[in-house]
Amino acid sequence: MNVMKKARNHWFNVLNLLFLTLSALICLIPFIHIVSLSLSDKAAVLGGLVKLWPVHFTWEPYSYVLERTAFWRSFGVTLERVLIGATLNVVLVIFLAYPLSKPSHKLRFRFVYVWILFFTMLFNGGLIPNYILVKELHMLDTIWALVLPGAVTVFNVILLLNFYREVPHELEDAAYMDGAGHLRTLWQIYVPMSMPAIATIMLFCIVGHWNAWFDGMIYMKGNHYPLQTYLQSIVIKFDFNTMNASEAQRLAKLNDRSVKAAQMIVAAIPILLVYPYLQKYFVAGIRLGSVKG
Amino acid sequence: MHLMLVPGLILILLFAYLPMTGVMIAFQQFNPVKGLFGDQKWVGLDNFHYIFSMPNIWRVVGNTLLIATLKIVFGMFTAILFALLLNEVKNIMFKRVTQTVIYFPYFLSWIILSGIMIDVLSPSSGLINQFLGVFGIKEIYFLGENKWFPFTMIASDIWKNFGFNTVVYLAAIAGIDPALYEAAAVDGASRWKQTWHVTLPGMRMIIVLLMVLSLGNIFDAGFDQIFNLYSPQVYQSGDIIDTMVYRMGLLQSQYSASTAVGLLKSGVSFVMITTSYYLAYRLFRYRLF
Repeated sequence: MNVMKKARNHWFNVLNLLFLTLSALICLIPFIHIVSLSLSDKAAVLGGLVKLWPVHFTWEPYSYVLERTAFWRSFGVTLERVLIGATLNVVLVIFLAYPLSKPSHKLRFRFVYVWILFFTMLFNGGLIPNYILVKELHMLDTIWALVLPGAVTVFNVILLLNFYREVPHELEDAAYMDGAGHLRTLWQIYVPMSMPAIATIMLFCIVGHWNAWFDGMIYMKGNHYPLQTYLQSIVIKFDFNTMNASEAQRLAKLNDRSVKAAQMIVAAIPILLVYPYLQKYFVAGIRLGSVKG
Repeated sequence: MHLMLVPGLILILLFAYLPMTGVMIAFQQFNPVKGLFGDQKWVGLDNFHYIFSMPNIWRVVGNTLLIATLKIVFGMFTAILFALLLNEVKNIMFKRVTQTVIYFPYFLSWIILSGIMIDVLSPSSGLINQFLGVFGIKEIYFLGENKWFPFTMIASDIWKNFGFNTVVYLAAIAGIDPALYEAAAVDGASRWKQTWHVTLPGMRMIIVLLMVLSLGNIFDAGFDQIFNLYSPQVYQSGDIIDTMVYRMGLLQSQYSASTAVGLLKSGVSFVMITTSYYLAYRLFRYRLF
């Protein structure tokens, strides 16, 4: 009996590991294939020889991509929006979360403020009113169109607010006795203490700005597209208008699929670089937020 | 302290509440030259009559509901299954590597994932159809045929998101009191029985909670994904409310009609989201703040 049970357990373990390995591979294979395509030469790609390993290895698609001015220009726009946008996100989150973490008798109208924020999670004006507003504020084709409309991230405010509520108020009282105002209490006690939470929020805002493309498409002109929008325009819409003659000549020697693959990889690399940190703070982030019973 | 709130509140009022008042253009014959608060011509419910007279409106609503619901249902099922299976793995290293691999796509944009899918799913040169060809299966137009398109959307949505949700469920499992397992083992419960009688009930709260909260997403079939993968030949099965709003509004400049569709969607979503939060609060005392 016991032996049978053990054998059954053993088989379950083996099948389980096999199934999980296979699933993980299936998730991964598209990426491996794309990396292989980006490192293979034209003949191999056209001949359908490239599967999960580069054939006739070459860096040429990458050097082509990295020498394109349009690519670097859009990279610059994205860098700008990540720097300005994520900083703004985090500063606003801190300044909103701190007062709102106080109980109602310490912050008058707290209830009203919280509802003003919360309501935006329930209802929004929709695409057209937002677009017209940005247009009438004369922000079209400026970096502010990418940064200001989404500057207040209500969900992150709630995350940090809940974190601050757990802070023992003796700490704050002590600071207050020492004559520290709210700004100093926030800056010297709350912010240093909540660095892990702030780092989590910062990372998610960075990834959010890096990945955003739709606002770039509707608010910006072609030569000011952020990277993801630029990628969308050439990988998905096949719009090669941004290319000049010498680039076109060079592209003829390459395979279109390899070039697209190389651009996607380059755009994914920064995510890959912050991925370990994302992972580290990720579980902490969930614990702060959704699972909090 | 009130001063600290000022910058954030101004931005919220400007970029969230002002557009909300902008939904009034759904009741106007909006002329963009006159501006958002210009002297527009009011037309009552004409735009709404126009929407409901469009031949494809119910098909679009149906597509939205179908794709969104199936994504929620299968996405949850897959994530719970993987959380349970990963939980049975004793090798920490294997567990961590698998998690790392399966939730990587979550952090990439739909632009990159769509680009990859367009290549991999290509009928002529794509990896998947080459693979199926080995078994003598004729090439499948995953993105170009109406009977495959919704399936492709649901499967690829799971590919992107299930790893993330698996980790959420694993966090819930980690919170289960180990004493419960010991007690079950003492009573002679097998691994399977322990999963059934301890792990699943331990996850029940988070499962029902996430299910309730996902009610609010029932009209979000995934604009970022579908917009980048669809084409006119799959509008029949793949066009959703959000893509229709985009085309009507920004490509055809039917500002008022597009806003009207958007307003209807936000209105119904508002009711759904409010209900879901209300239920979550009543059932679990779940509160966001």
